[in-house]
Amino acid sequence: MNAATLSGELVVSGLRKWYHRRDQAPVHVLEDCSFRIEPGKLTVVMGTSGCGKSTLAYILSGYIKPDEGQVQMDGQPVQGPGPDRIMVFQETALWPWMTVTENIVFGPLARKSVSRKEVTQKALELLRKFGLSEFKDKYPGQLSGGMKRRAELAQALINSPKVMVLDEPFRGLDVMTRELMQEYYIKLFEETRLTTVFITSELEEAIFLADRILIMGNAPSRIVSSLEVDLPRPRTFDVLASERYLEIKKEALEVLFSESMQQAD
Amino acid sequence: MLKEGAMKAVEASVNNSVVDPLKWHRRLPKLNWRGGFAVGAFLIAWHFLVLLKAPGFKEISSPVEVLQTFINQYLGNPNYWNSWVASFKRVIYGFVLAQVLGIPLGLLLGTRDTFHKLVYPVIEILRPIPPLAWVPISILFWPTTELSIIFITFIGAFFIIVINVHDAVRNIKKEHYWLALSLGASSGQVFRRIMVPSVIPSIAVGMTLGIAVTWNVVIAAEMIASDSGLGRLTWEGYVSHTVPVVIIGMISIGLAGYLSTIVVDYAEKKMMPWRTTR
Repeated sequence: MNAATLSGELVVSGLRKWYHRRDQAPVHVLEDCSFRIEPGKLTVVMGTSGCGKSTLAYILSGYIKPDEGQVQMDGQPVQGPGPDRIMVFQETALWPWMTVTENIVFGPLARKSVSRKEVTQKALELLRKFGLSEFKDKYPGQLSGGMKRRAELAQALINSPKVMVLDEPFRGLDVMTRELMQEYYIKLFEETRLTTVFITSELEEAIFLADRILIMGNAPSRIVSSLEVDLPRPRTFDVLASERYLEIKKEALEVLFSESMQQAD
Repeated sequence: MLKEGAMKAVEASVNNSVVDPLKWHRRLPKLNWRGGFAVGAFLIAWHFLVLLKAPGFKEISSPVEVLQTFINQYLGNPNYWNSWVASFKRVIYGFVLAQVLGIPLGLLLGTRDTFHKLVYPVIEILRPIPPLAWVPISILFWPTTELSIIFITFIGAFFIIVINVHDAVRNIKKEHYWLALSLGASSGQVFRRIMVPSVIPSIAVGMTLGIAVTWNVVIAAEMIASDSGLGRLTWEGYVSHTVPVVIIGMISIGLAGYLSTIVVDYAEKKMMPWRTTR
């Protein structure tokens, strides 16, 4: 990999966020949340459900604004959503009224960055790569969960983003499909070294995928701990049986356990 | 129920080419015999209740009598068919106008906050007024009866479609909207490619409810205010005490409503290809 082309550094500093709802006390979600996403690395953000992981992802993607603090992407403050940071949502966000191909070519055509012919060509290549050639003219409702996820990856990648934000993308898939998708994503990542923020609540998934794991505390939350995952790449499921994997898992469990003890207090 | 069963079986197979013949094979013959049986049983029960002079049936004509009257006096009678045309015209004008004005209004109400604040209270006050309560004002306001009936029919479907579209716009999945923003879509593109398609299912619901209400309203309005149409035909049968005519009128209205539903269903399928190709 050519280190010079790597970009997609995210520096997050001092995020604070409240949700204000009418007739209700404001909900304090993030408090002094700061961290750095290294370019070309796969960073997993872990935390229990309801700790503000999705909120964080929405702020990184520019969909919502923090009350305080800021996100910088390659030195520039993030002002709103853009094709350099693309998010894959918890639930599928493919538009059900467009075919798979129409979904994929939407971005480049919307920005008028290339001709329809060129973009369709590129879409077909991606579909072939993701094993979806047969389904190019199907509607998302006709795809299985795993296929939808792959289609969404294609929909994102065609825009050559600098950062991918994946918010518990494999939640709701059955175990088999989930493992396949993890393997899929790890291959894709190792091939492209596309800066990735991967949000999950599953420790095994986190360790298997990550270069680094950031652990979020309870709401109002911040990053309470950072773990380097120095398992070798390219990774296969064999690493799950290695000594080092177990050590990392033990270390992570200790952090998670002490966090949940604090919540119990 | 049948429809659902068949749909589920179809969903199980992803292969599209198998879908259509399977659907037809399963749906048509079954529906035909059960449905035909039910209609036959209904007619026979009706006939015998009249023959036996069951309570309440003393003045009701038998199906045979109705059929005879229909064949002898109505089948070849242009006045009868003109009633169909008159009612259908009113339904179509009222219904189409309600869609053409209601859909954009619903979209505006759902997307423009200031407009919503300004206009929505008026709609909330007018909406609960039953269409028939508009009859007197409508007759006074519009120069011809025809226009006032069309207006009342329009009112029946209009608020339904406005509210349906309005709710749909407000409930668009935020992910659908956000994703388009991430991919760099302009606000015009978001409106055309995301907002509009995502409210189509609700437009369809509005159409289904709207066409039913439109028929209700047009028949009642014709009975009150008009000298033509299927509603008028039925009412005249009653006033002149010719019961077979009343029944011919009712069955005609039923068939007309059924026909309209078929057309609307077909239109809805065309509007949402992603719902039907499963």
